Amino acid sequence: MFKEDQLKKVEEEKKKWIEDLSKILCETPERLARFTTISDMEIKGLYTPDDIKEIDYSRDIGFPGIYPFTRGIQPSMYRGRLWTMRMFSGLGGPEETNKRFHYLLDHGETGLSIAFHYPTLMGYDSDSPNARGEIGKCGVAIDTLKDMEILFEGIPLDKVTTSMTINPPASILLAMYIVVAEKQGVSKKQIGGTIQNDMLKEFIAQKTFMLPPKPSMRIIVDTIEYCTKEVPRWNTISISGYHIREAGATAAQELAFTLADGIAYVEAAMERGLNVDDFAPRLSFFFDSHIDFFEEVAKFRAARRIWAKIMQERFMAKNPRSWMLRFHTQTAGCSLTAQQPFNNVVRTAYEALAAVLGGTQSLHTNSLDETYAIPTEEAVTIALRTQQILAEETGVANTIDPLAGSYFVEALTQKMEDQAWEYIRKIDEIGGMVAAIERGYPQAQVAESAYRYQKQIDSSEKVIVGVNKHVTDHPPITIWRMRPEIEERQLKRLKEVKGSRNNSKVKQCLQQIRKASQEGENLMPHIINATREYATIQEICDVWRDVFGRYTDPGYF
Amino acid sequence: MSPQRKIRILIGKPGLDGHDRGAKVIARGFRDAGFEVIYTGLHQTPEQIVAAAIQEDVDAVGLSILSGAHDYIFPEVIELLKKKGAEDIVVFGGGIIPEEDIPALIQYGVKAIFTPGTPIEEAVKWVRENIKPRK
Repeated sequence: MFKEDQLKKVEEEKKKWIEDLSKILCETPERLARFTTISDMEIKGLYTPDDIKEIDYSRDIGFPGIYPFTRGIQPSMYRGRLWTMRMFSGLGGPEETNKRFHYLLDHGETGLSIAFHYPTLMGYDSDSPNARGEIGKCGVAIDTLKDMEILFEGIPLDKVTTSMTINPPASILLAMYIVVAEKQGVSKKQIGGTIQNDMLKEFIAQKTFMLPPKPSMRIIVDTIEYCTKEVPRWNTISISGYHIREAGATAAQELAFTLADGIAYVEAAMERGLNVDDFAPRLSFFFDSHIDFFEEVAKFRAARRIWAKIMQERFMAKNPRSWMLRFHTQTAGCSLTAQQPFNNVVRTAYEALAAVLGGTQSLHTNSLDETYAIPTEEAVTIALRTQQILAEETGVANTIDPLAGSYFVEALTQKMEDQAWEYIRKIDEIGGMVAAIERGYPQAQVAESAYRYQKQIDSSEKVIVGVNKHVTDHPPITIWRMRPEIEERQLKRLKEVKGSRNNSKVKQCLQQIRKASQEGENLMPHIINATREYATIQEICDVWRDVFGRYTDPGYF
Repeated sequence: MSPQRKIRILIGKPGLDGHDRGAKVIARGFRDAGFEVIYTGLHQTPEQIVAAAIQEDVDAVGLSILSGAHDYIFPEVIELLKKKGAEDIVVFGGGIIPEEDIPALIQYGVKAIFTPGTPIEEAVKWVRENIKPRK
């Protein structure tokens, strides 16, 4: 980016600066022996043109909306349209969550995002022994189409897009959504949204798994294949780094493992015979925005650049939309503290800023009380307002990718990219992500990073305000509680649905799912039929557990 | 005189909760501190955890719960240990557990609850002071 003589001059001036600095450091040394990011990447005291001399503006940075999209995927970015403010919500039963959805939409939220309770996430119904103690606690309880109808009461599915954090039963929840839309008179061609549907990161990090990796991949490809033809506005998968990071990965590991998962999905879909440009534009991504500001901005910028290269060079995609890495961001739940919880508002605001300066397409901001429970209405309002203040008051959305050209940010972006390629190469050597997971490679890497970080906290090498520094007592805050009658109501409704539906039709539909599962036929049309007849999530998942077997945690530590 | 047997601890992840970062970190921390550690892996029922604790002849069971199901799972595990005549196995735990829920859990027989932000060293020290090898 610089001429030879410019660099030479900078080098001379830098030498002089270092001399001056050394004298000062003799008298007053630096505060720390090592300055590092939260991922333990060492950071220098000063970055100059010398650090980015290998970077070529047109090749590596370029323009927004143009390959390799380092500066953003749309030409106008937030000047055209702000990011979607999408608050991850789910609490108690569908009634409570429907109320929360309306509340958030009334307060300026622009997209929905469903958090399901654990039994739904794992493919069990509320009346399963596995659901004991868990109903409605970590999200909304959904057992059948009936619950989804209640969940979306008064919410027109042609006007709003919905993201669903759901993995093993993702295809079932998508089927239910399609049927709810149908009942509202909205065609599946019109609906928009996302299912997470990313099983690989479940094995690595989030651990809501059900079937072994291979059949899991098969069902994912079924949804990609079906939606490519039938639900064109649906994001078939949200390839997620968020959970990998929350489980303790470094920023570079989050980036690399996520993109390596992406590679595995593209390969699997192409093996099915799909044309890369038919499905790749509907792949989406989901990242964490952690507390180390510049590292995160660099990570987001590097992610776009790497994915563009992967899609163009490795998979020969021709459609520019296939090259674009579109992503949702959630601020880092694991950065929040139970101690002095009001400080979490500040942490979340910085993390949200990093996501926006990193060019996110949508954003969830965590609430201050989420280290205790699902957020209260008051807490979630502050979290939403944090985004609105960022969007409307701070001026950060006025210009595109304002940190571009910073010696530090560009150098860090390049470093993130280099580190990610190294991991991707390693995973390729193992034989791809499915093989790497079977060998426990990413799992061990993440556990290692998590342990190292905890040791750094315990030794105060890394600081968390309120935890290992500036520790003071704080008064308790009011937290959200599940009311016991919600559980009773959920169980009662499930019983009623099972009693009043056409059970012989349900049985027939489940038999069709079994047959399609065994014979390799696309499952989606059969799942839609079954959910329309009010088959439960567990009834469908039990067929799969029976046909494909279960995955159990190898319990590495 | 034979040297005293090492403290044996079962770290359990009950319920459907998949958040195993804390369980793994503490399992490793305990192992590095010289305890014998058995980790159940995820998605264990209270029955499976109690069976593993008895089979492995552990001195204590540490449960990690972040899903809000603590008020069901802790009492269930303690109850089952009693039923099997293994009430001398100490039960403790950690995770996302609101302060005001802790007294009831302690009353039920949970020996200690470690909330977010607890250093590994603090948990290790507690184990050394409160758990003795049985027999």
